[in-house]
Amino acid sequence: MKLFQFRGGVHPEGNKQPTADKPVVRPTMPERLYVPLLQHVGPPAEPVVKTGQRVLKGQLIARAAGHVSAPVHAPTSGIICAINDFQAPHASGLPVMTIMIESDGRDEWTDLTPSEDPFQLDPEEIAIRVGAAGVVGLGGATFPASVKLQQARNSKIETLIINGGECEPYLSCDDRLMQERPNEVIDGIRILQYVVQPEKVIIAIEDNKSLAIEAIREAAKGHENIEVAVAPTCYPLGSAKQMIQAVTGKEVPAGARSNDIGVLVHNVGTAYAVHRAIRHGQPLISRIVTVGGAVTNPQNVEAPIGMLISDLLNFCGGTADGVQRIVMGGPMMGQMLPGANTPVIKGCSGIIALTEAQVAARKPGPCIRCSSCIKACPMGLVPLEMAGLIRNNELDKALELGLRDCIACGSCSFVCPSNIPLVQYFNYAKGELEMRKRAEHKAVETRKLSESRQARLDAQQKARAEALAKSKAAAAAKKSSSSDETGAAA
Amino acid sequence: MIIPAILSLTGMGLLLGILLSLAARYLRVEADPLETEIENLLPGSQCGQCGYPGCAPAAAALAKGEALVTLCPPGGPSLAAELALKLGVEADLSGMEESIPAFARVDESRCIGCTRCFKICPTDAIIGAPKQIHAVVSDACIGCRKCVDVCPTECLRMHAIPVTLKTWHWPIPAYGP
Repeated sequence: MKLFQFRGGVHPEGNKQPTADKPVVRPTMPERLYVPLLQHVGPPAEPVVKTGQRVLKGQLIARAAGHVSAPVHAPTSGIICAINDFQAPHASGLPVMTIMIESDGRDEWTDLTPSEDPFQLDPEEIAIRVGAAGVVGLGGATFPASVKLQQARNSKIETLIINGGECEPYLSCDDRLMQERPNEVIDGIRILQYVVQPEKVIIAIEDNKSLAIEAIREAAKGHENIEVAVAPTCYPLGSAKQMIQAVTGKEVPAGARSNDIGVLVHNVGTAYAVHRAIRHGQPLISRIVTVGGAVTNPQNVEAPIGMLISDLLNFCGGTADGVQRIVMGGPMMGQMLPGANTPVIKGCSGIIALTEAQVAARKPGPCIRCSSCIKACPMGLVPLEMAGLIRNNELDKALELGLRDCIACGSCSFVCPSNIPLVQYFNYAKGELEMRKRAEHKAVETRKLSESRQARLDAQQKARAEALAKSKAAAAAKKSSSSDETGAAA
Repeated sequence: MIIPAILSLTGMGLLLGILLSLAARYLRVEADPLETEIENLLPGSQCGQCGYPGCAPAAAALAKGEALVTLCPPGGPSLAAELALKLGVEADLSGMEESIPAFARVDESRCIGCTRCFKICPTDAIIGAPKQIHAVVSDACIGCRKCVDVCPTECLRMHAIPVTLKTWHWPIPAYGP
């Protein structure tokens, strides 16, 4: 199938080989799991268990809070030993509410509701079950999958794209998943297809994963309207907007969603999680994580959610000498972690150990206006201008140049010959604008509060004055009537 | 050739002058637009820490040049800089501290339910009743410290608003283009 071009992009070194050739392994269950309540876009889940309670594997331990949120389940059986703040796998190093489970080693499942034939179920029911299983987008965005399905059902979807791009260097978890479990992936895709009812389904895979392409092609044979598209390797093809452009030739308009142009994108990992949730009734309690970079035995590990990254690294033989930084996700868009004492979460596609030489800060020089960043930007923006404006605190002008459309892929920083931290400027500016928006909202609400207080005080004063006038009038009337009486008596 | 040019330009000047004087009379803006603009910049919480009875009187004083641009403690130096820019004055910001966003919290063990704090709160952020322990609705608190000043038992304290995963964002990079 013919693919379309998308703008820009870069070609970082793949570094996928050591892990892409080895089978996925399961680690021994760690003694203690730390399951954060915020592993998705939206408000954190609310715990439904108490300290000291015994839970079974797959049991609901925290329910979704609101519409765009996801529940959390116990990754193994054991005792809840604490519900407390714990370091989040996040660059800030801030704590997040976390449920700690002491494993009892029995790994005993709770009662599950598998479905023999999902195609007899109501599509609505499937979307609800996907939501109840805590499935979120496993490509890294962690948007609740059921919300995406419901939105897609409300708008006409022509094309369902299954994203097997995996364009980040080092990562090979989707590659291994497609190689080892292609039938399960295709089954998940067929369930998604049944729910969304698109005209066609396209599985897009980058051409550096030939074994995965072969396996998925074989598994997709005989299924209607499921096509496999081979895309040229280019970063950031795995980003939803670029993927849509490459497959359909259409561009998602600024500020719009893919639904608006009749496209829905799901990651292959999400499709697999949907298969587990519907066919077997199993919630999302583990995921394949690529442990790569400077570790003794780089490989793909099917880790339970909540396993400490330090345990995971030890399972892979520990990190090599001179490791300076641990990154969650890929090296281009991943989160730099403050340490390894933090858990694996649903959105954790990889744990990459980088050495001192790899992370050495290069001193930025002045911009030489070479426009490499403009050529590299997949969104057609002008990074050098935007960064200059942000540095001068002219965020509104940067917004006019399309700051909101930046997908933070880092291609601009990657190509900049002067080592200017371009994407870092955009990340800062987006956060700062968000903060200003919150402050503005608070100012508006504060004004409302103080106005209503003033109105209340005025009303009170008026009422008091009226009451005073009334009592005065009453007293005067009484006085006059009593003087009348005395007059009559006399 | 010169005379018609002079005449036409004079005529146009007169006509436009009359139009402008009419516009100034009939399309006059009642309130000082500068005052409204300044009031929109101010936090709008009417906390009174500037010494004026609210944000609108403070804005009026600023517009007349009677008040310093550094008058608003909740706004901090960023607001002072913005005001200086708007009013075209130089401001000495060195003495100002960036106000750390804070909110008040009641220490329940010390509160005697005197109701003084919730009577003075400019945003009705404190709830309670006589001889009942009071509480602060932290989302509505603007951190003006008025309640801290009136509390007879010092049970109200200011706490910095904690940074969470939802509110944290990257700082500006150290070096740049």
